[in-house]
Amino acid sequence: MRRPREERLSGWGRVPTVSAHQILSEDLASITTDVPLSRGLGRSYGDASLPAQGDPRVAGSILADRILSFDPDSGILRAEAGLSLREIVRLFLVRGFFTPVSPGTQFVTLGGMVAADIHGKGHHRDGCFGQHVTSLRVRVADGRIIDCSPTKERDLFRATIGGMGLTGHILEVAVRLKRIPSPWIYFESVRVPDIDAYIAALKESSSTWPQTVGFIDCTKRGRHLGRGILIKGRWADPKEAPPFPPPLKRERNVPFDLPSGLINRLSIRAFNALTYWKHYAPVRKGIIHPESYFYPLDQVLNWNRAYGRRGLTQYQCLLPNEAGPDVARRFLQLMQAHHAASPVCVIKDHGPQGIGLLSFPRPGISIAVDFAVNDRTQALIDALNEFVIREGGRVYLAKDAFTRAAHFRAMEPRLAEWEAIRRRWDPERKFRSRQSVRVLGDDPAPGTSRVPDEVHDASSSGLSPAPRSRTA
Amino acid sequence: MKVVLLGATKGMGRALGRLLIEQKHELFLLGRDAGDVARSARDFEVRGSRALYSVGSATCDLAQPATFDAALDAAEKALGKVDAVIVTGGLFATQDKLEADPVFAAQLLHVNFTGTILFCEAARKRLLAAGGGTLCVFSSVAGERGRKPVIIYGAAKAGLSRYLEGLDHKFSAQGLTVVSVKPGFVKTSMTAGLPAPPFAGDPDKVAKLVLTAIEKKKPVAYVPRPWSLIMFIIRLLPRAVMRKLNF
Repeated sequence: MRRPREERLSGWGRVPTVSAHQILSEDLASITTDVPLSRGLGRSYGDASLPAQGDPRVAGSILADRILSFDPDSGILRAEAGLSLREIVRLFLVRGFFTPVSPGTQFVTLGGMVAADIHGKGHHRDGCFGQHVTSLRVRVADGRIIDCSPTKERDLFRATIGGMGLTGHILEVAVRLKRIPSPWIYFESVRVPDIDAYIAALKESSSTWPQTVGFIDCTKRGRHLGRGILIKGRWADPKEAPPFPPPLKRERNVPFDLPSGLINRLSIRAFNALTYWKHYAPVRKGIIHPESYFYPLDQVLNWNRAYGRRGLTQYQCLLPNEAGPDVARRFLQLMQAHHAASPVCVIKDHGPQGIGLLSFPRPGISIAVDFAVNDRTQALIDALNEFVIREGGRVYLAKDAFTRAAHFRAMEPRLAEWEAIRRRWDPERKFRSRQSVRVLGDDPAPGTSRVPDEVHDASSSGLSPAPRSRTA
Repeated sequence: MKVVLLGATKGMGRALGRLLIEQKHELFLLGRDAGDVARSARDFEVRGSRALYSVGSATCDLAQPATFDAALDAAEKALGKVDAVIVTGGLFATQDKLEADPVFAAQLLHVNFTGTILFCEAARKRLLAAGGGTLCVFSSVAGERGRKPVIIYGAAKAGLSRYLEGLDHKFSAQGLTVVSVKPGFVKTSMTAGLPAPPFAGDPDKVAKLVLTAIEKKKPVAYVPRPWSLIMFIIRLLPRAVMRKLNF
């Protein structure tokens, strides 16, 4: 471990960018004592991996990337938290295993996948990543290293999965990899004329396909509102797959920042139309490389630079089934009323809520849109959040950079239970991030002037709602 | 190839070990901390795709020459004939820290110079006794010229480089291949927190270059490659320029 140097850190959206000391070491346990936050590959979009204002230190996990064991019979992989999904895919795809749940990029760490309780195209069938985690090793606030699992220290386990690193430093993760019949994907994609047809097709195909995802054109109005491409996929059968393993993909790079105004309403419209009409045949099907299927954006490294120095934010919200089948249409109309446009608009189907107490998905659909950040972004996110609250939905913290504390609280009835567990393990709220200051009202610099809200009682059941006397 | 690797738990040694195991070489690891080196051995075992493939490990501390023979015995017992011994381990600190902390400076000089050379002596005797082999040792571009940011560290590496050069001159005819690796700035935990210059290397790329150097029996390998040119220029600079330069 070395004396850290001040550097500029940001999430993938590059908003906000802050001064930070990232401490890096192969020995994650040695650098996490009394440090308020871990950071992996920094692929959360907003401020989840950034230090709170009062203490610039973050423990970087990426050098702690050793595999500790792998059992081919059970598929259980145990590794240090900094191991990247890219390495897991590289090492295990050819051996007939894959991550049980895959996000849209391989440039994430195991620890990050747990902290955000990531989901993928197969959520309606496979659930979130946390449901496949068999145990975690966590450094908690009092400095102890605790092993937790669905049966041992269950509260800590449930609060850590999807807990955005606020219950402790995730040091090691054990997860059950999924056995796959071949290392290739069979897919079918269809062109869908409008948003209502898209949602109907999405829901229908989710009952028969293990993976579904789609892109819609959020710039079209009227009759063609939300026209899009729905992609259904499954692991290919060995008989239909090529006899050779998928070759390694070669990435392209965006070597420098492009001008900030490049992604504007005009270019977004053109891009969306291109995406739609590139899929000229009404139906396409075939065998596809798993990296092209799961990680299309990874093939352009540093694609966030296309948004220029002002950066981007991704807004991903979950809209529950109760909100009705037309909720996506209303969401798009609201976006358009605010003159907001996104080059990529992804709509996925979601199944039951997972084990993580703050885990994002629940039955319904999620919509993810990218916005170039400008002076109107906060007002836009506020308006979208008010809509989401009215519809009984919620936002995904791994993407979020703009949600206000009051809005988040209104979306999260589960927050009290999570906060009670957090209070039991970390009464002084030593673990905090820029995001927890923003959405949970954490003190940016504790220990300077304030004292904890209440005396910690170890025997309390922790089920009473958290008193909220702090103001940030 | 049957390889003994000292320093596989971190940085370039870790990257090189992973490359070797994925290319089906057999490994035995030496390191200061028994638990840590065993943990790296498990990592390599899973990465090496051969079923039931085991990677052995033993403790060996470059600061304690008394540990060398037992460690190399353990390696020979596990591997049989050893084809290559690779040393990537060593200490590092900035010039400021070494100037401020003479106790640590003494330790660094002892490990990077005395300890490393005595380990190489033990290893090369065994390689020669077995009819030859490869001794690949990580020195540094810091030993090429007296430079302000790496005076003390560079002095130890300069001595090590000269030793390796002499070893090559004396024993290459007897079948000892000496590969002196001279990394420039490589992004590892050792250099974390230091401002990275242009041409800063990545441990995985360095590992590939080092393996190529071993296979091609290159006596000296600058990694990444641009450092060969950079150091060529640095060596030519007159004293007056070096006094002005902060590189």
